Amino acid sequence: MKTVEELREKYLRKDLFPSIFCPGCGIGQIMHYVVRAIDDLEISQDNLVFVSGIGCSSRLPAYFEAYGIHTLHGRALAYATGIKVTNPDLTVIVFTGDGDLAAIGLSHFLHAIRRNIDITVICVNNETYGMTGGQVSPTTSMGTQTKTTPYKNIEHSFNLSFLAKAAGATYVARWTTAHSMQVIKSIKKGIQKKGLTFIELISPCPTSNKRFDNPTDYLDYFLNETIDYSKSCKDEYSSHVFKDLDECFTAHYQGKLIIGEITDLDKPDYHTLYKQLKEKIKNEFWEKRSKGD
Amino acid sequence: MNEIPVDELLKPKIQFATGNEAIVYGALLANCRFFAGYPITPASEILEMMAEYLPLLEDGYFLQMEDEIASIAAIIGASWNNFRTMTATSGPGFSLMQENIGYACMTETPCVIVDVQRSGPSTGQPTKAAQGDTMEVRWGTHGDHNIIALYPNSVQESLWMTIRAFNLADKYRTPVILLSDAAIAHTREKLVIPKQNEVDIIGRVPVTIEKQKYHPFRTGYTHPTKVPEMDKFGNQYHTYLTGLTHDWKALPETDNPEVHERLIRRFYEKIEDNKDDIVTYEKKYIEDADIIVVSYGISSRTVNSAIEKAREQGYRVGHFRLITLWPFPAEKILDLSLEIKKFIVVEMNLGQMYHSVVEFSRGNCQVDNLFSIGGKIPSPKEILKIIKKRIL
Repeated sequence: MKTVEELREKYLRKDLFPSIFCPGCGIGQIMHYVVRAIDDLEISQDNLVFVSGIGCSSRLPAYFEAYGIHTLHGRALAYATGIKVTNPDLTVIVFTGDGDLAAIGLSHFLHAIRRNIDITVICVNNETYGMTGGQVSPTTSMGTQTKTTPYKNIEHSFNLSFLAKAAGATYVARWTTAHSMQVIKSIKKGIQKKGLTFIELISPCPTSNKRFDNPTDYLDYFLNETIDYSKSCKDEYSSHVFKDLDECFTAHYQGKLIIGEITDLDKPDYHTLYKQLKEKIKNEFWEKRSKGD
Repeated sequence: MNEIPVDELLKPKIQFATGNEAIVYGALLANCRFFAGYPITPASEILEMMAEYLPLLEDGYFLQMEDEIASIAAIIGASWNNFRTMTATSGPGFSLMQENIGYACMTETPCVIVDVQRSGPSTGQPTKAAQGDTMEVRWGTHGDHNIIALYPNSVQESLWMTIRAFNLADKYRTPVILLSDAAIAHTREKLVIPKQNEVDIIGRVPVTIEKQKYHPFRTGYTHPTKVPEMDKFGNQYHTYLTGLTHDWKALPETDNPEVHERLIRRFYEKIEDNKDDIVTYEKKYIEDADIIVVSYGISSRTVNSAIEKAREQGYRVGHFRLITLWPFPAEKILDLSLEIKKFIVVEMNLGQMYHSVVEFSRGNCQVDNLFSIGGKIPSPKEILKIIKKRIL
């Protein structure tokens, strides 16, 4: 296994450090996990494209020694679709956040899943708009006080992983930044698996989300106040989760964060089906022509 | 293996075709191999025909996206795979695309956006022709930027102009807006489809320099121009793109006014410096003219008839047809304004290109107008009436 120094040398743009991320932010850890995953998989940096929208997490592509495209707010999935469809040899990884993906970009998220484009979406969910100073986001828990919910949030929040599962993603995993080995494993699985794979990472934001004042309190919370859907809750709770839609689409179960591998299934990705279609209609075209049509 | 050549696909070579069909044929002949779009009247036939043709062609890809924003986003992204890409829309969809047009300007991404104009604002008159987007084409996206916009006036010209749009987009690394309108889009006229080898393709200049010396937005490596060479995904250069103000290394630099000014001025200059190459227009009977009618697109067709009639009746009237709307032929309008008594701007809006004619004639001559909205193409009779109006 390479040392951190070796990984940094190979995969990161050193002249861009120190990064723009605040002390205690989880994005730096996520950068590390992604580097580990692409190194383990020996992915060619020439064929690697990081696509992002707007927000803190969307600043990630700049730091990688690979191709990067920092697009518009909410539109990363639409850009990634055009990129992957016209060049299936590329490894396309999307970095996005809860505001970018689930508010302004929600329709592109669901449609990219529906098309089953072979890309990996990594959503850094800090339950807030960090870059603009801490406004309420679609994943902010009910009852939370933010800059735009000064009297506390009375809206229900999304559970993005269950949304992705419901839309038909081939692989969905939900972890916190404290679950390093699980995250690296899931990113690798996501990249290797055909079709749209979604990895949601609950991430601390001591600057704007302010759930805790002390960044290490986030880690305690992530490690102690979570239940693993794929292990402990699957048998015990899954029937319950799907009996009650409201429960299913919230991020918590009995006050605990739901984490784990949410779904893992096989179905043909867009490119495979398009290639088959292309071959078929081309042959039909020539058959027609040979009959003098 | 058994690939279908474009010449084989586009048959017969002489057709009774619509403007929308001509745009599709032009795009395929220009090697456009990715189209993403969303249904909208009166542009939908372009989407439908691309859906039929592109999957048949080698490396041809088609997507119907979830909205117009996704459509233009997909074509900008795909352009970085060294694809010639296009989308087509009309008023409401074109408005939705504005933010992304700015992104294409900022990242200098070639792509072609067809705007088949219908009457607005908002949903307006979906099936009626209009020319109400000509200022939106120029200034629709926020911030200072430059743009190229072309506007054919016939089915045949729609084909050739589409090919030209792709060439200009690649040459100047800019989005190019190809304007049409509901009338040209749905009018059937004789169309001669050229063979692939009769079509000139002027592609992008690829990056060839050694990796250590490469910076994505530095210009002048291989040719003296303000247009940088263009990388592609899957290459060795690891280009990073952002809509933020960036330096020549392509990295965000948002606090330095000089970096911003240098970047944005280059966007202006790379197009303004090459107006001789980009700007085209058609002039008729202007040598001895007292009056020159300025028009473009579908309304220039009726202007042509009106001018023939006026000439028969002894009026010294000429016609100046804008083919490139943007950049605007400012110098030409200024020169003409010194020679004549009056411009008459005929357009299907309540005065858009009129303002540019007023601006650049600098008070040297009168500027009259004939504005027509609601889907009515100005008739030769109406135009003749304005021509005959006494010059004050």
